[in-house]
Amino acid sequence: MREIIWAELTQATQEIVREFAHLLPRLIVMLIIAFAGWVIAYLLKWILRSILRLAKFDRLSENSGASQLLHRADLPPSTELLSRFVFWVAWLGFILIGVSVLGIGGLQQHIARFFLFLPRLFVAMFTIFFGLLAASFFSRAALLAAVNANLPSSRLLSVSIRTMITIFVVSMVFEELGLAEQTTRLAFGIAFGALMLGFAIAFGLGGRGLARQFLERRFVREKKSEKEDEPSPL
Amino acid sequence: MAEESVLTDDFIRQLIDVGEVDILVGLATDNNAGTVGPILRTIQAGLLKSFPRERMVIINADGGSRDGTSELVTGASVDDMRRAYSGHTLRTLHSVSTRYAASPSSQAALRTILAAADLLRAKACAVISPESTNIEPEWIARLLRPVYHENFDLVTPIYRRHKFEGLLMRNLVYPMTRAVYGRRIREPYASEFGFSGRLGSDFLARDVWEHEGARFGREMELVIGAIAGNYRICQTYLGTKERVERQAADLVPAMRQTVAVLFSSMDTTFSFWSDTHGSQAIPTTGPESEVSLEPVRINRKRLKQMFSDGVAELEPVFSSILSPSTLSVLKHIASLGEEEFHYPAELWAKTVYEFAASYHKSVISRDHIIQALAPLYRGRIFTFLVENRSGSAEDVENNIENLCCEFERSKPYLLELCNGGK
Repeated sequence: MREIIWAELTQATQEIVREFAHLLPRLIVMLIIAFAGWVIAYLLKWILRSILRLAKFDRLSENSGASQLLHRADLPPSTELLSRFVFWVAWLGFILIGVSVLGIGGLQQHIARFFLFLPRLFVAMFTIFFGLLAASFFSRAALLAAVNANLPSSRLLSVSIRTMITIFVVSMVFEELGLAEQTTRLAFGIAFGALMLGFAIAFGLGGRGLARQFLERRFVREKKSEKEDEPSPL
Repeated sequence: MAEESVLTDDFIRQLIDVGEVDILVGLATDNNAGTVGPILRTIQAGLLKSFPRERMVIINADGGSRDGTSELVTGASVDDMRRAYSGHTLRTLHSVSTRYAASPSSQAALRTILAAADLLRAKACAVISPESTNIEPEWIARLLRPVYHENFDLVTPIYRRHKFEGLLMRNLVYPMTRAVYGRRIREPYASEFGFSGRLGSDFLARDVWEHEGARFGREMELVIGAIAGNYRICQTYLGTKERVERQAADLVPAMRQTVAVLFSSMDTTFSFWSDTHGSQAIPTTGPESEVSLEPVRINRKRLKQMFSDGVAELEPVFSSILSPSTLSVLKHIASLGEEEFHYPAELWAKTVYEFAASYHKSVISRDHIIQALAPLYRGRIFTFLVENRSGSAEDVENNIENLCCEFERSKPYLLELCNGGK
């Protein structure tokens, strides 16, 4: 009996040692990949940060309104945030490659899914940044045009345009990431529809006089007296 | 070298038929059938009277008129004029018309005229506006003679205007051009001007025509190019500028044609203007004229209201462009009533320079910076109108001179801002 137990123990120990001896080189390979990945990710971070600084990305981000959002959320400036993001994504990618070398069953599928998700994540980030930039540009353009045309409620018009574009961009980002697609689509439809209906009611009922004035100004030849009140600039 | 890509084959053939010329007059039209006839006759009269022995051509660059403007130009006979000046004229006066594009563009029109002048090796050229209905034959001589006989390269006009006309020119474009570039050119953006073939060819060869961002105000770029290139410049008194009724909507396009060009020119000419101190007068010819003073109807209340609303509504935009101290003073004066309201020259110069520096650094879209200046300009104009309400021609002139001196005094501040200060 004792011999049998002893033999089983010896066999188990030998198997563990054999397995460990089999795993050890892979573990070392994983650690090497993780270390090389850290170096490459750090280099990528440094290169990206330099390029973004040269391209004055912070100013672009300030113009888009993204900097203000980051500041409010107590996050670092956009150049730093993007560089750190690239560092972590790159390093995590290398760590996962290293883990896949260990050959642990079932993990391969999850790793493949992570790499498939990366392009969508980048597209989503790209969309949100340029979406915010567009929202900022068009809302400012509307504000300036409305002020120079002496229209009332210029700020309201500008904020409405910014809100509409932002809602549109956020729904696009959620759809790209595959997060609550149905809910997002529905919420966007409701929000956009409500906004348009609100405008239609406000302009159609509340602003009949304004609508008439606008249409008259647009299509009826202006009276001479209206032209005489601005001195000639050139 | 002529720009083959700019001129059509048919137009080049017509120019080859004309041959080399001494004098060229360019007329850029766009549906001007109502005015082009009398203007063309005046140009012909001016040329035949003042340059009877020279080889001359009138070039009409048309932007796709559908009212028969081109036909009027090519069909205009010089026989009546020739009879009037039969004792003097020795040469044929050619008139050539070309359609440079299906849609009007002042840039394409000027480029066509410059390319034609270059191809014909014209010594002296003038550009005349098809809207100047009160043009006189003497204007042609005044624009061309200094170039043809006195070796000047650029002749800019000085118009006789009402004291409340051309206010963007008097309150911003002239004072700032004078302070930045050191030359006292009263009309840096003109619809009529004369230039030498040398300057025209030089400007034509520059890398400015393909820039998408600056499609307006090439005439002003020509003037700035002449200053920065140390060309010989003079100005001449022409006569009364036709008064055009304006709407509020005309201001921003006018600012794009002038202020945007002035601001953007500062990028490429930095080494020239940063070394320029003070300003110097330039030779002026022709009979001097004073501003006219008859009363005109201007809605001052609306100007003040648009200024105050603009300052309130555009505060987030101004905070990216102006320094906190300037913005705070503007907010204070925007809150004042019409009686106490005053936008002083010093603050106006500081405001304009901060806008110019923000434009230089592109803190936001450059076109948005120009648009944001419009409400502040209205505030300054309100003060100008109040200050000169009962002022004589001399008072108005003194006020403009004081404003110019203020711009010159504040120039170190502009330099500091452009060199990185805020």
